[in-house]
Formats: sequence, C-alpha cells, structure tokens
Amino acid sequence: MDLLIPEIGLLVWNTIAFLVLVFLLGKFAWKPIMKAISERENSIEDALNKAELAKQEMARLTAQNEDLMKQARAERDEILKEAKLLKDNIVNEAKTSAQVEGAKLIEKARIEIENQKKAAVAELKGQVSALSLDIAERVLRSQLDDKAKQQELVNGLLKNVELN
Amino acid sequence: MDCNQVFVSKVKRLIVVFVLFSAFLGFSTTAFAQVDSVSVSGHEAVAHAEGHGEEKKAFDITSFIFHHISDSHFFTLFGHGDHGVTLHLPIILWTDNGLVNFSSSEFKFNDDGKVVVEKNGQRFAIAHNKIYYANATADAHGSYVSHEVKDGEEVVTNARPLDFSVTKNVFSMLLSIIVLVLVFTKVASSYKKRQGKAPKGMQSFLEPIILFVRDDIARPNLGHKYAAFMPYLLSVFFFIWINNMLGLVPFFPGGANVTGNIALTMVLAACTFLITTFKANKYYWGHILNPPVPWWLKPLMIPVEIFGMFTKPIALAIRLFANITAGHILVMSLLCLIFIFNSYAVAPASIFFAVFIGLIEFLVAFIQAFIFTILSALFIGMAVEEHH
Repeated sequence: MDLLIPEIGLLVWNTIAFLVLVFLLGKFAWKPIMKAISERENSIEDALNKAELAKQEMARLTAQNEDLMKQARAERDEILKEAKLLKDNIVNEAKTSAQVEGAKLIEKARIEIENQKKAAVAELKGQVSALSLDIAERVLRSQLDDKAKQQELVNGLLKNVELN
Repeated sequence: MDCNQVFVSKVKRLIVVFVLFSAFLGFSTTAFAQVDSVSVSGHEAVAHAEGHGEEKKAFDITSFIFHHISDSHFFTLFGHGDHGVTLHLPIILWTDNGLVNFSSSEFKFNDDGKVVVEKNGQRFAIAHNKIYYANATADAHGSYVSHEVKDGEEVVTNARPLDFSVTKNVFSMLLSIIVLVLVFTKVASSYKKRQGKAPKGMQSFLEPIILFVRDDIARPNLGHKYAAFMPYLLSVFFFIWINNMLGLVPFFPGGANVTGNIALTMVLAACTFLITTFKANKYYWGHILNPPVPWWLKPLMIPVEIFGMFTKPIALAIRLFANITAGHILVMSLLCLIFIFNSYAVAPASIFFAVFIGLIEFLVAFIQAFIFTILSALFIGMAVEEHH
C-alpha cells in the first residue's frame, strides 16, 4: 500500500517543477514553435494557392490566345470572302456595262445603218427619179410618134425598175 | 497512430504480459521450492550483495523489487554502499523546530533505523527510505524506530517530519525538466533562425511528434479551440515520455521510477482536472447538474455525474502509475529469476525475456504518454465543447 500513498514532499516538488516546466516551455518553446509551424503551413498553403491561381491564369491566357487566333482566322475568312464577292461584283458589273455599251454601240450602228440606208434610198430615189426622167425623156424623144409604143416602153421600163 | 492501433497494441501487450506472467508464476513456485535446498553460503552471498544485512535468511524478491521501484534518498551510480559510487542527495526536512537540511551521506547507507543523525536538537533515523524522528534508545535489533506488524506488514510507528528532500525521483525529474527546457528552447531558436524553411537536425526529429500531438491528439478532441491547450498537452506529453524513457535506462541518470510514482501521476491528473473544471462551459455543467434524463432518474444521475468528474482524473493517475510500475516490476522480476534459481544457467533466458519486455516497455513509454495526453485532451474537449 506504500506505493499508493503519495509522499507530501514529492507532491510539492512535482507540482512546482511541472508548473515551472509548463510555464517555461509554454513561453520559450511552444509559443514560438507553434507560431513558426503555423506560419510555415500558411506560407506553404499560400504558395500552393498562388500556384493554382497562376495555373488558372495560364489556362485563361491560353484560352484567350486560342480565341484570338480563331477570331483572326474568322476575320481573315470574312475578308477573303468579301474580296471575292467584290471581285465578282466588279466583274459582273464590267460584264453588264460592257454588254450595255455593246448594245448601245450596236443600236447606234443600226441607227447609223438605217440612216445611211434611208439616205441611200433617198439618193436612190433621186437617181431613180432622175433615171426615170431620163428614160422618160428618152422615150419621149424616141417614141413620141408612136403613142402605143410609147406606152409599151414606159410600162416595160417601169416593170424593170424595182423599188427597193 | 490512431486509437485503433493503440488498442490493438494494448491487447497484444496484455496477451504477452499475461503469458509471461503465468510462465513466471509457474517458475517462481518451483523456484521457491528450490530455494530451500540451496546451500546457506549461496543465500548469504545473495543477501549480502543486496545489502539487507545478516538478518535476511532468503533472497526476498518482493522487498528487492519494491526497493527499486520506490523513491530513495541515495542515487547509486554503480556498486553498492561504500564499495560503489553514490550520489548523496540533500535531505530537507520541515520539523517541529523548523527547517533542517543535511546530506543523506550522514545516514551511512543505513535503511533500517540503526543510524541516528542529530540536527537542531532533533534526532532522525531512516527506515525503508523514510525519515522518522528517532527513539531515545535502540531496540533489541539496534534500531531506533519502533516497528509494529499491521495486516501482515511491518510498519514503523514513529512520527515523521515533513520530508521535502531532493530524492532520487525529484532529482531525476528536475534533470528531465532541464533537458526538456534546453532541447525545446534550442528547437524554438532554430525555428526562429530557419523561419519558413524545412526543419533540420533535432528540429526535424521533434517536429513530427509535435505535429502528431497537434493533429492526432489536440485537434480531433478539442476542435478549433485546440491552440489554447497546446502548451499544456505538449508539455505533459514530452514530460511523461522523457520520464518514462529515463525510467527504462538502468543506470544513472535513469533508473528512477518517476512516472511510476503515484505522486507524479496525481499531480499531472490534478492539472488536467483543474483545467477541465475551470475551462468548462455551461453545457458541461448543465450536463452534470441537469442531465438530459427523465426527472425520476435525476436523483441517481446527478451524483453519478459528479462522481464521474473525479473518477476520470483518478483513473488517469492510476493508469499511468500502474502501467509504468508494472513494467518495472516485470523487468525486475525476470532479472530476479537468476537470483531465485541462484544459477547462471537461468541468465540467458531471464535476460532474453527482460530485454524483450524492455523493448515492449519502450513502446509502452510512448503509448502511455500518448494515452495520458489524448485522454486529457478528451476530458478538456468534453468540458469546452459547444452544443449546437
């Protein structure tokens, strides 16, 4: 039973010594140690968070670049398409205008021809009338004595003359 | 190491201890039978070696072991008595006539009241490592203290002064405190020096243990309030651990049974009790004084709860004391087999088992420190827990 009865001296020594130990270690060891450990843990966590953020930023930038590239490509395609359209328009326009111009020229030529033809016809008519007058003169001169022959001659002449 | 592992190792230990203990019981009955037939000269040699004088007839294993696990005013480095080297520790007494102090060397290694030291007009004698006021005259055996047999045990009936001596336990404990303070202030300074960097040297050895106490003992039991109790838990853990380990070292400065002394475990458990009681919140007191049970159970439950407040720290004190003392007794018993059989032939087996148990005790030294700390954290956690 001696073992189970604490000695008063030991109790006193143990109490004092243990309290002093808790005080000393608490003040000079545990406080700085726990502070240092938690600070280090925080800094590690911070670093990890920052790395994660950097990774996200990197991914974001890559995505952005990709987007920019896509956009640029799309723009290029657009521009090419527009250029092609423009070219087609120009060509078409040129074609149309050429056709119109050609038509105009043809029309002009036709009118000119018509005019020339009219002029020619007019001239021809003049000549024909002159010729007719001439013929008539001749007929009149040669056949003024024979009235039937005169008539026959006039008719024969007129028959041969075709008006065009 | 989580609780389950501890539980498994405790069970294994129990099995080992049980097997060895039954083997030991089997041995000792045959051993005591043999003792009678061993020659007288052999006995005297053993008895003399143990220094218990010519009165001893046989090797008394109980008193031998109890002598080793109890406190002492002498710290023997090696050898015995005048033939060895002994550290004489100071004796400090608060007597009827005030403070008295002298060196324990004045008792001349006597431990049965035969030497009287006179100081301050008072006479002191020492018997079984306790100091008594000496009688005026010696009895038939030359002892200055009166003995009386009570419950089959011989007890000294003389009055005792209050003994505040620096005993073996006190010396060993102060030494462990000096070591702890030196080591941890050193570690703390290397934390300051190498701020934010990876630990190195002693720091890297102790940091995982500190983190173990924080992450596996304090946080699970105390939640977010753990920081306030860390200094106490860490101090208690390392204090118990180093003293357990020192107790396992068979030579100076180890060998004192500090954590196997009820006075120490009682102080530690009292600290846990005081923290639990003074840090307790209204929920804790509400649970004790107004337990959530039907009204007719309350007259029964309230005393039980109040009783429970005290049984927890008492169990804490007894657990550590009993585990460490049992370990010491076991190792000593195994080594004593050599003397019981009085034969060198037993030595190999005896030493093998003692070393084996010694290794288990290394584990137990850690586990008991862990268990004391985790239970302290658990009790404190129960007291400061918030109910939502």
